[in-house]
Amino acid sequence: MTTQPRIRIPKFAKKGEVVLIRTLVSHVMESGQRRDAGGKAIPRNIINRFSCTFNGRPVLACDIEPAIAANPYLEFSARVEESGTFRFTWAADDGSVISASESITVR
Amino acid sequence: MSRLSRRDALRIAAGSAALAVTGLPARAATDAAATMAAFSGGRAPEAGRITLDLAASVEDGNSVPLSVAVESPMRADDYVSEILVVADANPWPRVASFQFSPMAGKAAFATRIRLTGNQHVIVLAKLGDGRIFAARQHVEVTIGACTN
Repeated sequence: MTTQPRIRIPKFAKKGEVVLIRTLVSHVMESGQRRDAGGKAIPRNIINRFSCTFNGRPVLACDIEPAIAANPYLEFSARVEESGTFRFTWAADDGSVISASESITVR
Repeated sequence: MSRLSRRDALRIAAGSAALAVTGLPARAATDAAATMAAFSGGRAPEAGRITLDLAASVEDGNSVPLSVAVESPMRADDYVSEILVVADANPWPRVASFQFSPMAGKAAFATRIRLTGNQHVIVLAKLGDGRIFAARQHVEVTIGACTN
């Protein structure tokens, strides 16, 4: 089950400024290590890949394993040289992809 | 926060030998050592540059705050290209790997991880020129992330 991710990022930056980006997405991150009440293994279903691009160029990507806690929180930085759009994607084991974008203005 | 001594860095380089003396389950130790060796590409990790912010003792292993920062100018000719996080006694020791471009501005991230019990968390950082830096922190976990 997923909902819209939460992203905190400044709306404005100075040219060349390094801004902090904080993201949180709702996801159970089922590790594949757990068993249900009947002793049957619960299949793994995690977000296995996160990526962030700015104006189409890669900023950061992350290969994620079951040891990332449920509702994955990721905080990182980006150096902004021009106005533009950050795009964020989270890809899960079941093939679903969550995506979001945020714009920032250099002034 | 933890900075590796040169001795610790060499012990991590020793991989499975260093892990064997910590008395971990053999499989997790082997997987952790193999994961780190594959990342390092045979290069011996150096101490320094990494600031690893992770509590030495936590109550709940289901969500442990982890913050990592590596000193780097993050210029096209000198930047941290990748950071690997390993929890050496988790059933699946690999935690995450982060790939940076110079546009990240800082070689740093924060997240929350799962730890099944007392163990070392090891961070390896790879520079554009292939050099590897390492840091390590022991964490005592009161209630481990559930595996059953």
